Amino acid sequence: MKDQTYLDRESNLTPGISKISAKNVNVYYDDVQALKDVSVEIEKNAVTSFIGPSGCGKSTFLRCLNRMNDTIDICKVTGQILLEGEDIYHPKIDPVQLRAKVGMVFQKPNPFPKSVYDNIAYGPKIHGLANTKSDLDEIVEKSLRRAAIWDEVKDRLSSPATGLSGGQQQRICIARAIATSPDILLMDEPCSALDPIATAQVEELIDELRENFCVVIVTHSMQQAARVSQKTAFFHLGSLVEFGDTEKIFTNPNDPRTESYITGRIG
Amino acid sequence: MTETSQTNSLFKISDKTKNRNAAERRFRIYGILAISIGLLMLLVLASTIILRGTSAFQQTFITLEVDLLESKLDKKGNRNIDDIKKVSTFGYSPILVNALKKVLEKHEISTSLKKKALGGIISKSAPSQIRDFVLEDVNRIGQTVEFKFLVNGWIDGYIKGRYSRESVANSKFASAEQFDLIDQLLEVGVVEKKFNFDFIFGADASDQRPEAAGIGVAMVGSFYLMLVVLVLSLPLGVAASIYLEEFAKQNAFTDIIEVTISNLAAVPSIVFGILGLAVFINYMHLPQSTPIVGGLVLTLMTLPTIIISTRASLKSVPPSIRDAALGLGASKMQTVFHHVLPLAAPGILTGTIIGMAQALGESAPLLLIGMIGYVATNMPTTISEGLLSPNSAMPAQIYEWAKRADPAFIERAWGGIIILLIFLLTMNTMAVILRRRFERRW
Repeated sequence: MKDQTYLDRESNLTPGISKISAKNVNVYYDDVQALKDVSVEIEKNAVTSFIGPSGCGKSTFLRCLNRMNDTIDICKVTGQILLEGEDIYHPKIDPVQLRAKVGMVFQKPNPFPKSVYDNIAYGPKIHGLANTKSDLDEIVEKSLRRAAIWDEVKDRLSSPATGLSGGQQQRICIARAIATSPDILLMDEPCSALDPIATAQVEELIDELRENFCVVIVTHSMQQAARVSQKTAFFHLGSLVEFGDTEKIFTNPNDPRTESYITGRIG
Repeated sequence: MTETSQTNSLFKISDKTKNRNAAERRFRIYGILAISIGLLMLLVLASTIILRGTSAFQQTFITLEVDLLESKLDKKGNRNIDDIKKVSTFGYSPILVNALKKVLEKHEISTSLKKKALGGIISKSAPSQIRDFVLEDVNRIGQTVEFKFLVNGWIDGYIKGRYSRESVANSKFASAEQFDLIDQLLEVGVVEKKFNFDFIFGADASDQRPEAAGIGVAMVGSFYLMLVVLVLSLPLGVAASIYLEEFAKQNAFTDIIEVTISNLAAVPSIVFGILGLAVFINYMHLPQSTPIVGGLVLTLMTLPTIIISTRASLKSVPPSIRDAALGLGASKMQTVFHHVLPLAAPGILTGTIIGMAQALGESAPLLLIGMIGYVATNMPTTISEGLLSPNSAMPAQIYEWAKRADPAFIERAWGGIIILLIFLLTMNTMAVILRRRFERRW
């Protein structure tokens, strides 16, 4: 079964527990095709990581999952992405509502230049998740606790979030994303701007988040993918080359390209 | 001797390096030279303005005790206001001369001047000053009241050193005898030079009495102009920029709009003036010479500046902030109004202030809509009057003074420039402070 492709593997997954299922997703920037026929099933309560060399389309695909690509005028998406059976690119779907359900953490920590509290409270406020101030306080505390940063910032909730260290800022961003209680958390290279200690903290956090959220993470570091994820997808030149259990991908990949990448010969 | 024995020692400077260093030194000298020339010119400009303009803030006053004689002002003696109104300012001149004579007697000053020349040392605005005082309350007739009058512009010019006895030898406006008299009056303290608040807060005056002219009404005119510009151009400009920068799709149409706006910013202001004349006055029949029309024209002129600076400051808000808000499920509008706009606000304000400062100093478009040449003598009392009654503006007033023949008006033009520059400097300083204070670093 040396030539087994990702399409064959797809059938191996238990269909009931998949949260997101993408079918034949193609993305074009003007005339350039950035993603070619990507089909993938992302599981509930698991961390799925996307790996691959720069420009392989993994971030593009991640941004398709909450329609962040809509903000780019020249970007065109075809194919189908189902979130719990609902087509998120259906014309009747409001991307704003979708993004409340599919949170996102970006590559560079990007807290709003406001207080820590306001950063976390912003999402719940605009979605009307809290009716009273105490409700909001509770959401803020819960989110910060879940993002493992409560103890560090509980005394400085009113000081600007931009004054925190990079690792703290990134965890604030994670707290901000989970404050709107999304089902899915997308993370676009969340540790690329962080030092090893902060990275370790965030990775630990990702592992804890798995219990409540479906986490999808794009990473450049294969070690990170191996450490935090249960499923791994390898992208190359806009195609999904291989998708499967992380352990399998890293120890016994099916595709020679995957093997070349993880052993450092390409990418 | 290791240094010399080495052929490629670092101590031996190669010809190429020598040339390069020399070129660098030359360039630095050019730079310093350029800056020095600039500073020198600024110094000349500032010192000229200050030297010539400060005298406008001082004016010579004469203090006289005036007998409001019933025989001159109310011949019938029944204090009927309509009868008293019939006495024109001309009828007040004699009592003014009498008051002057009284002072001369009191201080034992003798003069060979005739009645007319004697009265000539006092400003032509003095009789109307007494008349207004009398008409305010007719029962004041018969009293003796102390007045402070302006001294005629020529006499004032002598005190400020603009004229000498020789220079007025053939003049019909002033004479050496008048100067002799004024010297004596100055000695006894009847005549004195004081700070002239009326120059800052007063209204313009006719050619006959430059000493009474002030820039105050024009200042109020400028204020209403700026009010119109601010109220119209800030919301319009910001709305247009937000739409173009955040919502509009990039296509040929928006490209054309962008190029057009940049071109509009470079259009000479007089073109906006003629446009305003054609559209606002000839077509829409808005009242001529009014701040509302001037404000509309200056709005057209300021809008491109505001749009360009607003777009630049919106662009400088990092896209990661937009991503963060959108990623949380904020709508496009929420993203803009909750996050992007507050961050861009200092830049927008700075651009607006600079655009307004430009508009404040603009005179060419006002020329065409008739805000130049109109002598505004009344302070508007209500906002609608301020907007809809004819007025002037500071730069227009300065231009108006500068083209009048009497040197006393030229002095006032310089003084007006000082006031205008103070306003512009304040506005620009405010812009700098705002930018410094609220500048954010990411």
